[in-house]
Amino acid sequence: MELLRFATAGSVDDGKSTLIGRLLHDTRSILEDQLAAVERTSRARGDEYVNLALLLDGLKAEREQGITIDVAYRYFATAQRKFIIADTPGHLQYTRNMVTGASTADLALILVDARKGVLEQTRRHAFLASLLRVPHLVLCVNKMDLVGFDVAVFERIREEFRQFSMKLDVADLSFIPISALGGDNVVTRSERMPWYQGSTLLHHLENVHIASDRNLIHVRFPVQSVIRPMSSKFPDYRAYAGQVLGGVLRPGDEVMALPSGFTTRIRELDLAGRPVAQAFPPMSVNVSLADELDISRGDMLCRPGNPPLVGQDLDAMVCWLAEGVSLLPGARFALKHTTRSARAQVKQLHYRLDVNTLSRDETSPRLGLNEIGRVTLRTTVPLFFDEYRRNRHTGSFILIDEATNATVGAGMINGPAV
Amino acid sequence: MSYELSHLDALEAESVFIIREVVAELDSPVLLFSGGKDSAVMLHLAVKAFAPAPLPFPLMHVDTGHNFPEVLQYRDERVAELGARLHVASVQEAIDQGRVAEEKGPRASRNRAQTVPLLEAIEKHRFNAVFGGARRDEEKARAKERVFSFRDEFGQWDPKNQRPELWNLYNGRHRRGEHLRVFPLSNWTELDVWQYIAREGVALPSIYFSHRREVFRRDGMLMAWSPYLPLLPGEEVTTASVRFRTVGDMTCTACVESGAVTVSEVITEIVASRVTERGASRADDKFSETAMEDRKREGYF
Repeated sequence: MELLRFATAGSVDDGKSTLIGRLLHDTRSILEDQLAAVERTSRARGDEYVNLALLLDGLKAEREQGITIDVAYRYFATAQRKFIIADTPGHLQYTRNMVTGASTADLALILVDARKGVLEQTRRHAFLASLLRVPHLVLCVNKMDLVGFDVAVFERIREEFRQFSMKLDVADLSFIPISALGGDNVVTRSERMPWYQGSTLLHHLENVHIASDRNLIHVRFPVQSVIRPMSSKFPDYRAYAGQVLGGVLRPGDEVMALPSGFTTRIRELDLAGRPVAQAFPPMSVNVSLADELDISRGDMLCRPGNPPLVGQDLDAMVCWLAEGVSLLPGARFALKHTTRSARAQVKQLHYRLDVNTLSRDETSPRLGLNEIGRVTLRTTVPLFFDEYRRNRHTGSFILIDEATNATVGAGMINGPAV
Repeated sequence: MSYELSHLDALEAESVFIIREVVAELDSPVLLFSGGKDSAVMLHLAVKAFAPAPLPFPLMHVDTGHNFPEVLQYRDERVAELGARLHVASVQEAIDQGRVAEEKGPRASRNRAQTVPLLEAIEKHRFNAVFGGARRDEEKARAKERVFSFRDEFGQWDPKNQRPELWNLYNGRHRRGEHLRVFPLSNWTELDVWQYIAREGVALPSIYFSHRREVFRRDGMLMAWSPYLPLLPGEEVTTASVRFRTVGDMTCTACVESGAVTVSEVITEIVASRVTERGASRADDKFSETAMEDRKREGYF
């Protein structure tokens, strides 16, 4: 059974919570005591119907204010796949939350109200999904029941969105007409939309091909730590622990260690003493090498003919996540990239991107909360990186405020700064 | 050759990565080990993450003094087998020394009282990373918690002020006196845990499997009869075949009627079950809609 992570985004009142409630309910993932608790609370609040959104809003403040504050993670499984939903609220802190949810997602699901069509928020969500390079995008046109299941409404929205999405980098785009309230085309095929021949949402989630989304070509193995038991039972065991972020490693393969540039061969791959025949993303393994090299945390193993970019000057898109403090040219931060930590200084803020119009404001002196801009950074030590569009893990970093230790920025590397 | 990874392999890889990140970046971790199935799986993953080297951190158990003897025995066996170091933070001791007030009455529980000795032990031993086996699917406040969950110098969780967590880049930075709770099983469900137990042959305390026990009904739940839970008028002790779905202390953990004696029989029952594990067996969550959030804010697991 494969694992699929997806992020959901939508505007206020477009029925996102109802849709997730429907997916969980129709796959028998909501159990009786959870439903009973929601029914109790719904009644106490005087709601007219069982408010499935209450299943999702866990925090006290959320229940009081009737809003979702933070990314919530939900889980369900069918016979085909296990699913992790990152449910991101549409209004409050939408950029920070959506960027967080999208960073690990294989698929983004964006909801549109059939009566309202493509809104500013829809475009914003689609842009963020493409910026974070979520490989698959699904636009669910919801509330089809309220437009008489009219094929013309669906096609108009599909056309409008398709036009807009040409400006984005979206590899795989699907459109599904649904009614989350009635369950049409969510888990079971709707008899009220015979004109729709495509998959139901669940069928799509179960079958969308995600195995090729990983980079299986460029070997990237950032070293997390060195495992040396130094015991009488294992006097000579020495291996590098880490998670494979790209490519396929096999015993006997020639590898190069960065930053030293020395090459050697993989002697053995194992996890907990059990040999591993091949390691690929996202496996965590131990790599033993044929020669003793000076390798430690933050170093990277790659193939000699196929190394990552190495450098201290980065051209990157940064999404600013912090309240109160802004990103200003000249500012210094702690930076975490793969297993490597460094300090970084903002050399230049080239422009701030308007996420609604995609236009560039080159006069902006700073980036504030939920703003996205293009920057040049200089790091204290060289990083071993790839362009974010080639590898989401070796192409991403976070910025940390050294005074407060808060995570203040999320970065996606365009390439070396020139 | 195929490059597909099963969901259990993907979850294992993520958890191992998280545990290794903590050890690489934080110098004084500890793993909370209650003897329950989630902490058993977490310990199994931690051992795998560093083998053949020994476990590079100690274990801690917050002992309410009202634990199931089978669970304590299991705890001690695991510790001995691994040659691990175990710290026991005792609720009884905290009560005896007047640092915690004990709840009174027949429904008294030491569940909430665990927070004080837990935070005291973290401070005393200067732990700056505390591994917990909590899962996001367990409870709705937990669904919003980070993998690396920051705690201030009072051990408090501020759900509205959490660090954004992107990709697999975890921020473990903190000042002296602050710490991180780390949840390597965040993305696991109850079923994942059981499937992994079956696959890896993880040993569990015997009370997770069907056995005969003296029980009584309270608030719709089946509680184990013990000296720690005085009967209320009308409550009657009977003997039944039961197993536990979660293991807290004897005052707040209920059991379910079951004939499942093997892991695969337990999995069959879970798949058919229509009630969540906390709904079926945890009195501590039933105080209010936000009982878990309230306790977590104070520094609970």
